[in-house]
Amino acid sequence: MGPQHPSTHGVLRVKLKLDGERVIGSECIIGYLHRGVEKIAENRTYQQFAPYVDRMDYVAAVSSGLGYCEAVEKLLVVEAPPRARVIRTILTELQRIASHLLWLGTHALDIGALTPLFYCFREREEILKIFEKYCGARLTTHAFRIGGLQYEAYDTLEKDVERFCKDFESRIVEYETLLTQNRIWIGRTKGVGILTAADAIAFGVTGPVLRASGVKWDIRKAMPYAAYDQYKFEIPVGTTGDTYDRYLVRMEEMRQSRLICLQAIENIPSGPIMGKVGKVLKPPPGEVYHAIEAPKGEIGYYIVSDGTVQPYRVHIRPPSFINLQAFDRMVRGHLVADVVAIIGTIDIVLGEVDR
Amino acid sequence: MADESKEPKPVHVPTGDKPASSTPPVSTPSGKPADASAPAAPPKPPAPAAPKPPVVLQTPLDNEFVTRFRAKFGAALLEAMEDRKQAILIVERARLVEIALHLRDDEKFDMLSDLTAVDWPKRDRRFEVVLNVYSFAKNERLRLKVLAADAEEVPSVVGVWPTANWQEREVFDMFGIVFSGHPDLKRILLPDEWQGYPLRKDYDILQQDTAWVRENLGIESGQ
Amino acid sequence: MSLEIGTDMNALQATNEFLRLYWAPLLCGVAVVAILPLIAGYIVLVERKIMADMQARLGPMRVGPHGLLQPIADAVKLLIKEDIIPDNADKLVFWLAPVLSVGAALLSLAGLAIGPAFQIAQDINIGILFVVGISAMGIFGIVLGGWASNSHYSLMGALRSSAQLVSYETAAGMALVSALLLTGTLNVKSIVEAQNKEGIWFVLLAPVAFFTYLVASIAETNRAPFDLPEAESELVAGYMTEFSGFRWSLYFLAEYTNMIVVASVATTLFLGGWLRPFARVPWLSFLDFAPPVLIMAIAAYCVLRVPKQPTRVQQLFMLAVAGLCFVTALVLAVPVVLPIIKPSVREAVAPFYAGIHGGFWFIFKVSVYIYLFMWLRFTLPRYRFDQLMRLGWHFLIPLSIINVLLVGVALIVGAYFHLQGWGLLLVTTPAAILALVAAFFILAVEKGHDARPDQTATSDFYVG
Repeated sequence: MGPQHPSTHGVLRVKLKLDGERVIGSECIIGYLHRGVEKIAENRTYQQFAPYVDRMDYVAAVSSGLGYCEAVEKLLVVEAPPRARVIRTILTELQRIASHLLWLGTHALDIGALTPLFYCFREREEILKIFEKYCGARLTTHAFRIGGLQYEAYDTLEKDVERFCKDFESRIVEYETLLTQNRIWIGRTKGVGILTAADAIAFGVTGPVLRASGVKWDIRKAMPYAAYDQYKFEIPVGTTGDTYDRYLVRMEEMRQSRLICLQAIENIPSGPIMGKVGKVLKPPPGEVYHAIEAPKGEIGYYIVSDGTVQPYRVHIRPPSFINLQAFDRMVRGHLVADVVAIIGTIDIVLGEVDR
Repeated sequence: MADESKEPKPVHVPTGDKPASSTPPVSTPSGKPADASAPAAPPKPPAPAAPKPPVVLQTPLDNEFVTRFRAKFGAALLEAMEDRKQAILIVERARLVEIALHLRDDEKFDMLSDLTAVDWPKRDRRFEVVLNVYSFAKNERLRLKVLAADAEEVPSVVGVWPTANWQEREVFDMFGIVFSGHPDLKRILLPDEWQGYPLRKDYDILQQDTAWVRENLGIESGQ
Repeated sequence: MSLEIGTDMNALQATNEFLRLYWAPLLCGVAVVAILPLIAGYIVLVERKIMADMQARLGPMRVGPHGLLQPIADAVKLLIKEDIIPDNADKLVFWLAPVLSVGAALLSLAGLAIGPAFQIAQDINIGILFVVGISAMGIFGIVLGGWASNSHYSLMGALRSSAQLVSYETAAGMALVSALLLTGTLNVKSIVEAQNKEGIWFVLLAPVAFFTYLVASIAETNRAPFDLPEAESELVAGYMTEFSGFRWSLYFLAEYTNMIVVASVATTLFLGGWLRPFARVPWLSFLDFAPPVLIMAIAAYCVLRVPKQPTRVQQLFMLAVAGLCFVTALVLAVPVVLPIIKPSVREAVAPFYAGIHGGFWFIFKVSVYIYLFMWLRFTLPRYRFDQLMRLGWHFLIPLSIINVLLVGVALIVGAYFHLQGWGLLLVTTPAAILALVAAFFILAVEKGHDARPDQTATSDFYVG
């Protein structure tokens, strides 16, 4: 199956060993989109490399960018000012909603429901408009800078976010009406691709996939970054770790993200948006690992500095790459039709898997 | 393992909470002046870039956990340090699997977040294989490092954390470090016929290209 | 002399008979073959428009006003596309398969009666059997096409398609039997006449049969949520994967023709064919005015939209559409309005009335049925293959068999009490309720047998 197949979300190639239509073994062949991001990093300055991380998970560029900026800030031992942190939180949560919407649309499409895709894109469009107004780009935003933000929030940002959040509440209900109680949807997702909590941890799976397996772990709560420690939100968890649970968890996550956005716009602190960092960044020698909760799971940056303007080594822990490893475990014993459901439910972006 | 899924207590500093209590005189000064002086150093006085050395970011780590660890493994622990409040242990390569099992089962570092490598060509053992492990129960991260020279094999931890499978393959792909005991060690991101290991510092980006030109066109590429 | 005239007359009659028997159907056939692609094209356009409407977007808007010329552009595109035959394909079968598919679909149209006067083939007394049998032949085209393409996706699509047809044809057949019990004939016209005589559509007398037929017919035509043979997320395009250009459009045509066929069968059997709703209720005869008024309204809407068209050509086109609708409305209005003005012509216009209005109602019902197909397609996700099979074999087939029994018993009881028309509801409604109870019972039993995939299946193919 693949690399050119309509439902592998990019250029994933999956070798399946079948017994009739039943899968008894699988192997993912990846790397079709490898661009050597980590090598590029070694030949760029810290700031120059920031836009490259947007090209990894291109449907959640803001989150990747936040992780990188915070990792370098940690390496520099500086902190972004509170105003910048709150704006970062708002944009990252919007990005989470956008990413989950894209997932929902394509996942539903894989399972054969045509319509949710367009509903999801309608809302995602609103989010992308906010991004565009904020920084001029829709997908590969490069929204944040090391040390803070480059752009001050535009005048109506809060209003736009608020309006979006208001509309979004009923829109989620709309998606749920189409899918949650739908017999066919339940039939296609319940009991499909079960991943137990023990397996999930062993495979290093993170994000909604881990939470659907019943592990209540979210870096936003466990090791708060940006401004997450100021807001109240719940971590939804599943029980069985099947595709249906992952669906429910992501739906609930969108609701929670919406709540975080609403809390954040209520009180955006004033003040500078850029921390005290110089034009030339020369982090003291040493190394740092910093991870944030991206929409797809833990995105970690391991950066080694040798004291020059260029990073000595940047390693990225891409959630999609690690989560995809669990695919084999999830797919065994299922039918071919479930393979696409399971690929969809892991929510991979090949740009991030291959880097 | 599901019973460890209880919500971790919000700890602000990932790994620093223990060392902060056990070695306050070291970690507190290293944190505070770093905040104040590190940003001041690069931008304001560009000429005297020298006053940076006083900022101590790497400190030796010596807390309860390290003591326990040292008691158990003794000489296998080559160095315990802390960098920007993140704990790092450099351990003996040969005993990696044993240590990994201990960390997973006894110290509850049940998830391997990340496995990668760094190449330091000038050192006599050029490769550092870096494992980032995480404990749900303690909400702590720990970095484990082993050193390896060019032809030395590193024991594979796939048996301990299955997630290491692809990550070790990636390290093999990019650095050419061989993991002994890995079930299926082959290139993962790069094509199978790729020459060389791109993330080594001495990898020449043109090497593949010139080789291809020489082979297929019979001329020197001249790049 | 008189003898000569006599022979002449005989010859004339013979010629007439010959024309009626052979040429008229031939002409009709040619007309259908010529027009049907256009109709299918417009069904696609309507489908895309409905889909767009349900999905909060506009759909085709570029070619012609509101995309009205899109089907023609599509047809031209498909015709001039490169015709690719894969190297490893079985050329002859590859060539034959789509023709077989579309041929069967078109042939089955012949047995249908659109109005009391419109029927391509002569009145066949096994009409329904002919239609069902011939349309099922189309599966050969699909299986052969999938096999001939020599591709995994195609073959799997074809196999799925045949398995699906076999499973659901049984259920559909049983549903038809339930309805046929009510008439006792297979003749298409007689079935509709029977509904006219009883004054009640069979959908009310055999609702469960209608439901089973609805589900089975969606599955038979490979439409969502049963479109597994061409499930684009699993099998790329199923049996059509290797086909392109004209061959592909033949398959497409076959699919849409099959939709029309199953919709027509359902209309004939359950929805009263060409009869207007409640054809026997006199005070509802104002419904006769509905067709012209409806089409007139469309014309008026088109005229209203004219000023909004961006270019002159599009405005003219819109006006032309309005004009066409206007003329159609007038033609439809004549047989209704004329008898009111001049009662004496009632007899003369009766055939026109029956023909034209019958055709209108028939097409209207078929459209509603097809709309239902589309609605389901855009709302529901796709079944998995094992679920589809289970639904067919474990639910629909038992249900339809039970329903046949119940309807039969109900009719015997009805005959015993001499019930007629609406009175039959007295016995068929309890039968339907019993069938529903049976349905829930089957579901409950089925739930216990819910097969879970065997996750212990392993292989040494992939380590780790």
